[in-house]
Amino acid sequence: MAAIRFQPINLARWIIWGGFALLLIIMPHLFHQGFALTLLCQIGTIMIFSLSFNMLLGQAGMLSFGHAVYSGLGAYIAIHTLNLIGKNGLPFPVTLLPLVGGVAGAFFGVLFGYVTTKKSGTPFAMITLGIGELVAAMALMFPDFFGGEGGISTNRVAGKPLLGVITYGPQIQVYYLVAAWLFLCTAAMYAYTQTPLGRIANAVRDNPERAEFIGYETQRVRYLVLILSGFFAGVSGGLASINFEIVSAENVSAIRSGTVLLFTFIGGVGFFFGPMIGAVLFGLFIVVLATITNAWLFYLGLFFVLMVMYCPGGIAGLIMMQMPLLRARRLKEMLPSYGIALAAGLVLLAALIPAVEMLYYHSLESASGGPEMKFLGTQLNVLSAPPWIGVAVLAVAGFALLAVARRKVRAQWDKVMGEIASGGLS
Amino acid sequence: MEFFLISMLNGVSYGLLLFMLSSGLTLIFSMMGVLNFAHASFYMLGAYFAYQTSLKVGFWWALLIAPLAVGVIGALVERFMLRRVHKFGHVPELLLTFGLAYLVEEFVHLVWGRSSVDYKVPAALDHPLFTLYGTTFPAYRGFMMGVALLMLLAIYLLLKRTRIGMVIQASLTHPDTVEALGHNVPRVFMLVFGGGCALAGLAGVIGGNAFVTEPGMAAAVGSIVFVVAVVGGMGSLAGAFVASLLIGIIQTFAVALDYSFVNLAALVGVAITPQTPLYVVWKLTIAQVAPIMPYLFLVLILIFRPRGLMGTREG
Repeated sequence: MAAIRFQPINLARWIIWGGFALLLIIMPHLFHQGFALTLLCQIGTIMIFSLSFNMLLGQAGMLSFGHAVYSGLGAYIAIHTLNLIGKNGLPFPVTLLPLVGGVAGAFFGVLFGYVTTKKSGTPFAMITLGIGELVAAMALMFPDFFGGEGGISTNRVAGKPLLGVITYGPQIQVYYLVAAWLFLCTAAMYAYTQTPLGRIANAVRDNPERAEFIGYETQRVRYLVLILSGFFAGVSGGLASINFEIVSAENVSAIRSGTVLLFTFIGGVGFFFGPMIGAVLFGLFIVVLATITNAWLFYLGLFFVLMVMYCPGGIAGLIMMQMPLLRARRLKEMLPSYGIALAAGLVLLAALIPAVEMLYYHSLESASGGPEMKFLGTQLNVLSAPPWIGVAVLAVAGFALLAVARRKVRAQWDKVMGEIASGGLS
Repeated sequence: MEFFLISMLNGVSYGLLLFMLSSGLTLIFSMMGVLNFAHASFYMLGAYFAYQTSLKVGFWWALLIAPLAVGVIGALVERFMLRRVHKFGHVPELLLTFGLAYLVEEFVHLVWGRSSVDYKVPAALDHPLFTLYGTTFPAYRGFMMGVALLMLLAIYLLLKRTRIGMVIQASLTHPDTVEALGHNVPRVFMLVFGGGCALAGLAGVIGGNAFVTEPGMAAAVGSIVFVVAVVGGMGSLAGAFVASLLIGIIQTFAVALDYSFVNLAALVGVAITPQTPLYVVWKLTIAQVAPIMPYLFLVLILIFRPRGLMGTREG
């Protein structure tokens, strides 16, 4: 009977949601450079997008390769509406513009979902890929609506200011718009997981046959989930169109769909908050790492493949694995072995990064810049032996350390978990 | 007539190339239930390997070496990566190959740079095969078709007439029984995965110089190959053959046809002008619609025949 909980005042829930709201409010005061503010806005929109994606992948077991269709088309409809507000004086508040994107996303969910949700599993994945390609190709066929190569641009300062002062001209106002929508959408999506539909979506993910047996049509469940997910994706698209003031064919492309898949998975699909971690990592990877190195996509691909192979629960899964330890107050017994694992990871990174950077430099830039590459303040000659020998030594040391760390972590983990389990029984 | 014959030949040769790609994909899918998202990446690797080896030892050796090398890489991927996630189910397998596609593309950037490489048709095949109504048909296209048909024959014979083919077919439906009879089913899976990748590599060797060898070539055919697999019927080799030819021919004809609804309406005596509602839709020519044809086809098939042209099961 543990499943039935009736808690009129759930303190933990108030603390978590209150903390989340507080974090959203103070964030721009912690990072107040202009660049950081834009980054925060971007992370916020991606957070909604990846949460909506996880409604499919994590909660209903539907792997979609075309989720950008809903956010992208939502963004297009939103930006056309914004242009109508600005140029034709349509009396609609900009504050509610993401809602327009959301309705558009849900509409396209109704339209495309009818075809895609006929299947589940791998065929579903392939069909969403096909629909994604279809829409991406159409974006170049109808330049009047999609704006061709250049996209559609707009000016977000349109219509009447909210409360007479908020015009959404300054980035900080856009940030609070994004933050408010993020909070609302996160709460709504979390509430959805507690509804009968959210629950039965889990059942359809885990065992479609039994879900059919107790009287639910799985296709219908998938269809409804897809429509809802399309709605939230559209909201994020609407926010993106306000934030960037431009929407181009890239917004509906397969690249965008692939990106949300990568980061949602890395964040962790098994837990509600996993995609939010993924969205923060998205900010770090796409915006920060991509400005530093040419090879960021390589690192991202490698990181993703390693996560799929060794850590299918994503980062959220790793965190939640520590919860029983934390509850038993025994996390600190694991720390020494975690320390070795961390050291092994750092040594391997120290081998990987120079190697990849030197290879990229060699294939892309050495023709113009000569064999000397600047790396962390030193000069590395990519055609000479010493840097490569150094990399090789580091790699060997890293793998050796990793082998030790794996053994230690496993032994310590089994010991502590075994003691917790037997302690719980007595 | 001239237009029809030439387009037909080009369409069939493109369709056969698609079949070389989709046959490996279908084979792997029907056996292991794994949709290899990186399949087109192996195609790309085949083309680049062939380019590299043909610089050293010539095209004919490359035709042998490159597919084998791709096959070995495929087998290693199955052995050390896919097998590890197999226990988590099909979606993680699909995700793994998805990540792999990123890695392969970046690997190609890393080694061969971001622009296309100069992978040429061998001199022995760089001449017209025959001339039809004044249009020449290149010998290399004929060679492509020959290789594809030979491959089709070889797969058929391998699966139907040899012992290993029997084991593969049996592992497809009754893996436990096959294992109980003393065959190493995981190794059969590894061989099939490697073999499927080698087929993609072979397609890369002969497709890379017929078209262009560049880092974007995997993405260009990747989704078309999936369309072929779904339209033909998931896991059906015969279906993949029919669907490849169909899509190859449709696409080739479509890019050459410069007609739109405006022309059609003019034929029956209705004038469509820029003032007509939805003019942006009517004015599109078939050539402009060509890139989305395969996907439209996919959607139509899914609505009217969800198991694909020759698929035996829905799922």
